Amino acid sequence: MTLDSPSTVSTTSRRGTATAATRVLGALTIVMIGWLGVFGLLLSPADRDQGDAVRIMYVHVPSVWLAYLAFIVTALASAVHLFGKSHSLQADRVAGASAEIGVVFMAVTLVTGMLWGRITWGVYWQWDARLTTTALLFISYIGYLAVRGLEGSRSQRARRSAIVGLLAVLEVPLVHWSVKLWRSLHQEATVLGTDLDVSLDGLMLFSLFVGVVAFTLLFLWLLLHRSRVLMMIDLSAETGLDAALAQRRAEGGVTP
Amino acid sequence: MSSVSRLQTVRAVCAKDLRIEQRSKVLTSQIVPFALVMLVLFAFALDGDVILERTAPGLVWLAMLFSSMIIVQRSFVVEIADGALDALRVAGADMSGVFWGKWFALIVQLVVLEAVLIVGAIVMYGIDLQISGLVLLVTSSISATCGLSAVSTIYAGLASGVRGRESLLPLLVLPVASPVLIGATRAAEAAFGAGGTVVSEGWPWLGLLSVFAVVFSFGGSLAFGPLIDD
Amino acid sequence: MGVELSAQCDESVAVTLRDVVVLLGDFPALASLDLSVNRGEVVMLTGPNGAGKTSLLRVCAGLVPIARGEGMVMGADLRHQRASVRSRVGMVGHSNGLYDDLTVRENLEFWGSLIGAGDDELRQAMSIMGLDGRLASVRVRGLSAGQRRRTAFAILVVRRAGLWLLDEPHAGLDSDARDEVDEVLRRASASGATVMLSSHELDRAQQLATKEVRLAGGVVVGDPQ
Repeated sequence: MTLDSPSTVSTTSRRGTATAATRVLGALTIVMIGWLGVFGLLLSPADRDQGDAVRIMYVHVPSVWLAYLAFIVTALASAVHLFGKSHSLQADRVAGASAEIGVVFMAVTLVTGMLWGRITWGVYWQWDARLTTTALLFISYIGYLAVRGLEGSRSQRARRSAIVGLLAVLEVPLVHWSVKLWRSLHQEATVLGTDLDVSLDGLMLFSLFVGVVAFTLLFLWLLLHRSRVLMMIDLSAETGLDAALAQRRAEGGVTP
Repeated sequence: MSSVSRLQTVRAVCAKDLRIEQRSKVLTSQIVPFALVMLVLFAFALDGDVILERTAPGLVWLAMLFSSMIIVQRSFVVEIADGALDALRVAGADMSGVFWGKWFALIVQLVVLEAVLIVGAIVMYGIDLQISGLVLLVTSSISATCGLSAVSTIYAGLASGVRGRESLLPLLVLPVASPVLIGATRAAEAAFGAGGTVVSEGWPWLGLLSVFAVVFSFGGSLAFGPLIDD
Repeated sequence: MGVELSAQCDESVAVTLRDVVVLLGDFPALASLDLSVNRGEVVMLTGPNGAGKTSLLRVCAGLVPIARGEGMVMGADLRHQRASVRSRVGMVGHSNGLYDDLTVRENLEFWGSLIGAGDDELRQAMSIMGLDGRLASVRVRGLSAGQRRRTAFAILVVRRAGLWLLDEPHAGLDSDARDEVDEVLRRASASGATVMLSSHELDRAQQLATKEVRLAGGVVVGDPQ
């Protein structure tokens, strides 16, 4: 994921954010998602108890995986920015791009999860540890994105975001622990466990695997493009700066 | 000039915050009444002695959480009203020390508010508190307050210099503070014996609340400087 | 370049800025500004509103990062040692950095305790600024604008700041209070402090200043030596 070689910069600024590598990656992603459609909707069998509803799983589970993967990447990139010697802005952009993707797929997770829950448990929502942690995490990362949007110098924004990104990591186990402890004292409420309740046969497992691979590729593809877009925004601010400087100096009657 | 120990900075900042509060009386004249009004409104909304007795711990801690947002905003308004935060930065003050000072001053104010709210709930919601429950209640409330104060101070510091901080702060703090709400509420439930719980059921929560307080207090003292100081 | 600049920056130089750019969001408040100030000088910054005077003072205080260029203030590097820059300078801007609900003495004691100043130093600073006696126990909220400013200056004295950065110290004061400010600045300068101030009171500032620096469009346009 090294995106900032000079050649990349010049290519991307002329032709958008795609390179040969990302085109291949994009094509692979499309193929895999097509495969996922074929396996998930046609080849894999319906569940004994849940019927066709089980097919939501092929979107739901990979989305959870992707969202958590994205947040892990955000945390790692935040750490690289904060503790790395160069305080790399590239790491900051990766953190930001990854969090945006994570939030989107967290939303997908919650929506598909609720639909699936409505069909299988009869309710949209259960106050179990996993669901509740996910929902709180979703809100926390919306907060993280709000922090990213705050005013300030570029380096200040990057540092602030990195700290909040790392604090969010402290939050996850504590929230999970608290909700879990809470629910374990109210066993009567969880008549229905939120484990998959599905006996996975080989083909279903394989379809799920296809889904996870497809979504991982999708994540990489989105991450590359989004962080390049963020880089271009930074670059345009840089080039805009020269013009802005010249204009500002002209106010004072200084010509370059 | 950096011969001042961190402890001295902590003490100076904390004493300064508490003295300002003592002079301006915002806590006693505005926030405590506001919190009590919330208790009354909860009673209107929930209508019924049984429900109120059952939900009292949750209502007390909800009122705490919302009131604490106002107290912590206030604690940083004092710093930015006349540019004191910038002056602190220019003076090269030890930002970790500033964090601990503000953290402790906030705890003192929150504990006062808690005491009032718990007494209010005992009076208005008809709660029965035994001595064994009182011990649990006090220890769990103090741990919860330490954690809540840490989280609020970190994010209020982050938001202090920016536009729209009033709405940003709850968005940042409330999700993170949810373990505090869960833990403190459950512990208080056990202390009150609400819903047939017994006191011993409350103690496991103390572990959670303490870990939370330790993690975010030390996390905050590390993060506060870099967050403010740029 | 950094090495070269710090080599130039001997004991006699208070501020050296080279090609300094400071951004407020996307807006270059300072656009490649060069400036040199010797120790002991009283520099008056002039220029229209929005010329970059406040930004120049804030960057010298180490309060805002520099986006491009380099600079040394009181022997510390503005890019890497902003914390040391800050501890060597004092700034009084449009705000005074005071706590309204504390008295003059309590404010001074607070700042004093942050840097380990003793009672004697506080008393001395208060008497230099004419804040002893009754005024010392008045809450800052009840002070006049001039008295507030003097309290802020007293904090600079307590902090033994070597470089005083003053953003419009005359603004909002009546004529007597302005005279007081001038007197204070003369004394500060006589005691060895370097002063940079912005002011719209040209005549007044000219009497005070040893040097005038005119800003426009985020750069220095006139620096009559």
